[in-house]
Amino acid sequence: MMYFSRLKTTAIALVCALGVLLCLPNVIRAPAPWLPWHSVHLGLDLQGGSYLLLEVDMKAVVKERLDSLVDSVRTALRPGSIFYSRLAADTEHDRVVLRLRDPARLPDALAALKPLTQDSVTPGVPDLDLASTPDGTVTLTLNQTGLTQRATQAVQQSIEIVRRRIDETGVLDPQITRQGDDRIVVQLPGIQDPNRIKELLGRTAHMTFRLVDDNAIPGAPPPPGDELLPMQDNPKVTLPVRRRIDVDGGDLTDARAANNSQTGQWVVTFAFDSNGTRRFAQVSSDNVGHRFAIVLDDKIISAPVIREPITGGRGEISGNFTAQSATDLAVLLRAGALPAPLTVVEERSVGPELGADSIRAGAISLLIGFVLVIAYMGIFYGLFGWFANLALIFNLILMLAVLSLLEATLTLPGMAGILLTLGMAVDANILINERVREESRNGRPPLAALEAGFKRAYSTIFDSNATTFLAHVMLFIFGSGPVKGFAVTITVGIATTLFTAWMLTRLFVSRWYVATRPQLLPV
Amino acid sequence: MLRLLMRPAFRLVPDGTRIRFMRGRVIGLATSAVLSTLSIALFFYPGLNLGIDFSGGVVMEVRTPGPADFGVLRGALSGVGEQGVQRFGAPDHVLIRLPAQKGAAATEQAVKRVQTALEKAVPGVKVLRTDAVGASVSAELFRNGLLALGISLLMILVYIWFRFEWQFAVGAVVTLILDITKTIGFLAITRFDFDLVMVAAILTVLGYSTNDKVVVYDRVRENLRKYRTMPLRELIDLSINETLNRTLGTSMTVFLASLPLALFGGTSISGFAWVMLFGIVVGTSSSIFIAAPILLYLGEHRLRRDTAPPKQPAPARR
Repeated sequence: MMYFSRLKTTAIALVCALGVLLCLPNVIRAPAPWLPWHSVHLGLDLQGGSYLLLEVDMKAVVKERLDSLVDSVRTALRPGSIFYSRLAADTEHDRVVLRLRDPARLPDALAALKPLTQDSVTPGVPDLDLASTPDGTVTLTLNQTGLTQRATQAVQQSIEIVRRRIDETGVLDPQITRQGDDRIVVQLPGIQDPNRIKELLGRTAHMTFRLVDDNAIPGAPPPPGDELLPMQDNPKVTLPVRRRIDVDGGDLTDARAANNSQTGQWVVTFAFDSNGTRRFAQVSSDNVGHRFAIVLDDKIISAPVIREPITGGRGEISGNFTAQSATDLAVLLRAGALPAPLTVVEERSVGPELGADSIRAGAISLLIGFVLVIAYMGIFYGLFGWFANLALIFNLILMLAVLSLLEATLTLPGMAGILLTLGMAVDANILINERVREESRNGRPPLAALEAGFKRAYSTIFDSNATTFLAHVMLFIFGSGPVKGFAVTITVGIATTLFTAWMLTRLFVSRWYVATRPQLLPV
Repeated sequence: MLRLLMRPAFRLVPDGTRIRFMRGRVIGLATSAVLSTLSIALFFYPGLNLGIDFSGGVVMEVRTPGPADFGVLRGALSGVGEQGVQRFGAPDHVLIRLPAQKGAAATEQAVKRVQTALEKAVPGVKVLRTDAVGASVSAELFRNGLLALGISLLMILVYIWFRFEWQFAVGAVVTLILDITKTIGFLAITRFDFDLVMVAAILTVLGYSTNDKVVVYDRVRENLRKYRTMPLRELIDLSINETLNRTLGTSMTVFLASLPLALFGGTSISGFAWVMLFGIVVGTSSSIFIAAPILLYLGEHRLRRDTAPPKQPAPARR
């Protein structure tokens, strides 16, 4: 128990040296870019910044899917002249329902609709359940696989779009991660007022180019295939716009804010890709003299009259923009549309001042706590207490090393976790010391007392730390935000404590014993 | 000087104490039961001061140029539907709470309204922190917090059951539940905001308290093997006495480590530290006065199935 082979001693020393080495990145900057230079990150509560929790509107995702399904059903039934009444999306039950005029054509209808069930995200796994009743009612229900697939896809797309939009704003090191089934966490270090970013993320920015229906009678309900949309500037004014989308904003390759040299107004210029250019050219040549609506998120930005065919695939949108709103729209168009609206369900913003205060308060508490614990151990346990203190310092270093390696985030609760680890870490040493003392008092000679003390204390140390470990693993799994940081520091702390108490203190004591061969243990 | 440092200067508890803790078992259990019942009553009335993590809503922390004049602040904010304006640590730190708003846009507007109203009333005021938690999230956070607590208890139960006997596991978990109820009572009295950080504090107290129980139980287990004929009651007393220095020593170090946090850690973390301090006192005393007596009641005849009647005198210690 008290014998250390040369190899083992070297290994322990190496671990400690490695720990010191791994801590260095937190103190000095990387000397060369090729070095794996990991350091602990400061949490948003310490360095200041904003944390946003966004929720993807899954209802909208499902609704969109159902709406497109209605279109597909219409297209699928047209060639066979299968007539039906009441074809509608039922968003409550995630399904599309239709009723055939002639129930006898049910087999034909089912055969025509069958291919739709194969049209899913992962080939071979249908995301639709097709069902029918003898009276001619057919239902297409999105099944769980389908819903999950759509959700996953929507969140992944959203993350990508969110990242692009935020990158456009020039925020440094934003962290965008997925949480749960339908949430996205956005962390913005150094941003105290996230309103601009919230505005950017709060819009789906789905832009479409559609024809204005000039035949519609003003004031009357719009004919089927049309919808009334409000103007962006003046929501009271509405225009009947065709539902059919001629060109989609997804076909844009570029968008920039610019100042129109003739009018002096702010405009957004855009360019289409080849597909968009072709379609735009075709629509504009076929409809010279008609009005073409540029629709963003169901609002009409502008509806200019097409004067001549636009074949170059370039154009500009004017619509009472300011420099800021033109820039924002350009950013949104460049980054692309979100598959579904995002809502901010949680927001935490901390100013840099408060962060600095917290760091100072945490550091002061840490220092005082450290001094108190060290003094206590020295006073109550003498030499062995000082050994424990030395081990405690290495414990802190190793802890910081592991946290740096993991690139963990240090939060205010995390700092509390470090302090608590200090208090708990010496527990292992107290257990050992008390045990050695007891064995020594029971009449064992020094070496035997040390042997027995360390050996017997070990099972206690293991059991007591295992339970704490379990409790904090749970906290890590179910906790969120800063609490996770707390659980990480404690969990890491338990691991380093086991090492330092079990290996390092024992090594110190063993070296000391070999050097002095005491007749009596100073316990 | 070095010589002085070599030897322990003090002992917390003299060696070889023979305090008969189990005599106080009825008083201990009764006190604990009364305190826990009171705590549960406090939990229902007046209840916990739910922080926004769990209640949803908006909290803004602002700093005023000079010491805050709460009359002026309340007057300025009366029109924006504040739910509380209070001092937060330093005299120039103010915490403003707003009720949960419907949707992100409403939240943003509410925050803006508060900002404008503040700037008009107290020029130079600075918003240090804004937290807004939606109702759906807060319910989820609460559920996850409870889940973490429940699963931790279950894992501790299973772990101790595997490593010891079921009597130990039941004793530990019942004691832990009593500890938790008292901590909740403490939170209800002190009116600290009950939020995620507090759940972390309770879990830490839980971990620490378990740690403490395991050490005492470990010694009981060892002594059960060592003194095969000693009555369980004396054996438990002996085990507690033997581990008393460690129990109190560790409590002292954790206490000393938490104390600066409570005093200087800043308002957001000091609540956590106070709960820790309370938990250390409760956890330490419950190891001796609750966990051990429960073990005595549960294990009186079961843990000693293979030995002679418990009337024999205990063998003298070496």
